[in-house]
Amino acid sequence: MQIKSRVHNEILYVLLCGELDEHSATYTRMTLDELFDKPNFRKIIIDLSELDFMDSTGIGVLIGRYKHMKDRNIPIFIANPSSHAEKIFKMTGLYSLMPKIV
Amino acid sequence: MKYSNFMEVTFKALSVNEGFARVCVASFCVQLNPSVDEITDIKTAVSEAVTNCVVHAYPTSVKGDVTLRCELEDDMVTVIVSDKGVGIKDISKAREPFYTSKPSAERSGMGFTVMESFMDDVQVFSNSFGTTVKMTKKIAVAPAVKVG
Repeated sequence: MQIKSRVHNEILYVLLCGELDEHSATYTRMTLDELFDKPNFRKIIIDLSELDFMDSTGIGVLIGRYKHMKDRNIPIFIANPSSHAEKIFKMTGLYSLMPKIV
Repeated sequence: MKYSNFMEVTFKALSVNEGFARVCVASFCVQLNPSVDEITDIKTAVSEAVTNCVVHAYPTSVKGDVTLRCELEDDMVTVIVSDKGVGIKDISKAREPFYTSKPSAERSGMGFTVMESFMDDVQVFSNSFGTTVKMTKKIAVAPAVKVG
């Protein structure tokens, strides 16, 4: 898993590259928490265009980050999910917490 | 005559082996000419089953084995993932959507739901000597390409 990020117009853009499963979950969780701890943005967009694989462990990671940011009133949006990730998001209702940006 | 083939591998219940398990089954299933979506569904179900072994089967630091078997019968794929761990106390509860025995660990509790959604059938057998998950999926036969 590789995580790239940038802040533009008070939006934190995060690009997840690789595979999000149990093996990469701890690293992903820690890296996102470090990025999300910074005060210089008011909205987060997680771009999944380079995420090759995700299972339900990834859902747990994303919901955990949502809970952290909810306390700070910072919304998280999902961009460019694969059709496979989309299937899991719809099944778990993740879009009700993190809407998809079209 | 029925087409029949199988493979079986055993590996340690470590998360680093999840990717190996996924790729192993996907590579083996390619001989049935599945679609990309079908392969992704199978890989995801395998990942969920192996993750359960890694996270739940061996609660102590000593990790045991996971055996991954894949059987092909004509257009039917059967994946069997088994461990020799502590077993699942209540299988019905474990299969409920959003149920997790480790809520503090940020688990979604959707592993079995994902397996059931992506495969045609999922059976779970468990006792205090281990757990076996057996999943099947029928591969749609690709339409024949007309030549000439």
